[in-house]
Amino acid sequence: MNKISSIEAMSLAERVRRVAAVAAEFADQADQQGRFPREGMDAARAERLMGIHIPIESGGEGATMSEVAEVCSILGQACAATAMTYAMHQIQIASLTDHAAESAWHRTFLKRICDEQLLIASATSEAGIGGNLRNSICAIEVEGDIARLEKDATVISYGAHADAILVTSRRNANAPHSDQVATVFTKDQYTLERTSTWDTLGMRGTCSDGYLFRGEAPKNQILPKPFAEIAAQSMLAVSHLLWGALWFGIAADAVSRAQAFVRAAARKSPGQTPPGALRLAEASSLLQLVKSNVVAGLQQFETSAGDPDALSAMGFAVAMNNIKIGTSQTILTIINHCMLICGIYGYKNGTPYSLGRHLRDAHSAQLMISNDRILGNTSTMLLVQKQETSLLG
Amino acid sequence: MNSTVRGLIAKHGGLPVSVETLADDADLYEAGLSSFASVQLMLALEDAFDVEFPENLLNRKSFASIAAITAAVGSLVSDAQVA
Repeated sequence: MNKISSIEAMSLAERVRRVAAVAAEFADQADQQGRFPREGMDAARAERLMGIHIPIESGGEGATMSEVAEVCSILGQACAATAMTYAMHQIQIASLTDHAAESAWHRTFLKRICDEQLLIASATSEAGIGGNLRNSICAIEVEGDIARLEKDATVISYGAHADAILVTSRRNANAPHSDQVATVFTKDQYTLERTSTWDTLGMRGTCSDGYLFRGEAPKNQILPKPFAEIAAQSMLAVSHLLWGALWFGIAADAVSRAQAFVRAAARKSPGQTPPGALRLAEASSLLQLVKSNVVAGLQQFETSAGDPDALSAMGFAVAMNNIKIGTSQTILTIINHCMLICGIYGYKNGTPYSLGRHLRDAHSAQLMISNDRILGNTSTMLLVQKQETSLLG
Repeated sequence: MNSTVRGLIAKHGGLPVSVETLADDADLYEAGLSSFASVQLMLALEDAFDVEFPENLLNRKSFASIAAITAAVGSLVSDAQVA
């Protein structure tokens, strides 16, 4: 049994590496032009990576969250925009597999995702709510069997390239802002009117334009569970873990480049330690911290998987928030170290040691769900949460 | 206890509706209880009943309704009396 699963894992890694090779080739172009990383995502579809986390009985491969995180990390080393698009898609997949399996429509839809290798986007942010995904202004309107929704979405990452969108809204027109549901709309069920353009410092290929979303779908496409539960038990944790994995990937590639730079310098003057070697050692230590942080989080998530009480416990939320904070801050320090090591070759575009794209992409990490918001949220929980002081507990 | 809990919810729950309109088993999250307000409410309950919520009660479920809160606080108060 173990043997079989290790063979499958090997073949997954091989498939991902083929995708990463394609994504790496077009990474600079997608970044420069601020365009969707379609070569990388087409390759991911060709290698049938879109549905790997979906259970085998629904047509997927039942890959664990750790395996999905490894995919994100490998893609992150090649092209951060491809990795982020893939990670965000998997966040929606996790919400659907964990929270909609009892609904017949959603089960069939999961099967479709695998069969047709569909790309799923999400529309959580909305004009007027200040980036808090646990609040909505728009409300879904149910009339007979039909649900209608109009949302002024400030950001829908890769919205124009998605095959379906998971959209949050208030449960109905009388519900408070925090009483939300999520609804799947397929491409033929909505229109998108662009309201803003994604011209950014980094992560330029995710094409996270703003749109006025207008959708109409059968009401059974509304996820059966309250969005509050989906967010607490799946979406927030999975976001932090998969983002953490791909951010590790960006930093790991920067360290590889810095290491290659130091090695080349060492070869040129044998017997002498190159000036950047010490900083490389520091960067390597920091990278290990990031890796341990993400891996420990994945283990905690896998241990708690399927246990709603464990997943909605405050200690778990604090741990996941801390992973996001620690990872997003530390990768900037690491890449900056690498830049100091590679000097002008790192600063310049188009060298084997170029780090501009890495640094710009990495700067998004502190902002996508603002670290200040997350720290504020953690500080509230720490007012009552008891710290776990055991090293292994 | 129930009326003290209701009083604290009215003061700290930040609900857009009046607590009197809510049944004991009504879903407080559906009524608009945010996670921030639930922590404030938790602090107020700890102070009012001189108890501390252990980690296993620090979850969504314990604060899902007036009945759930009363039960959670009740178990803590009786534990304190036994000890």
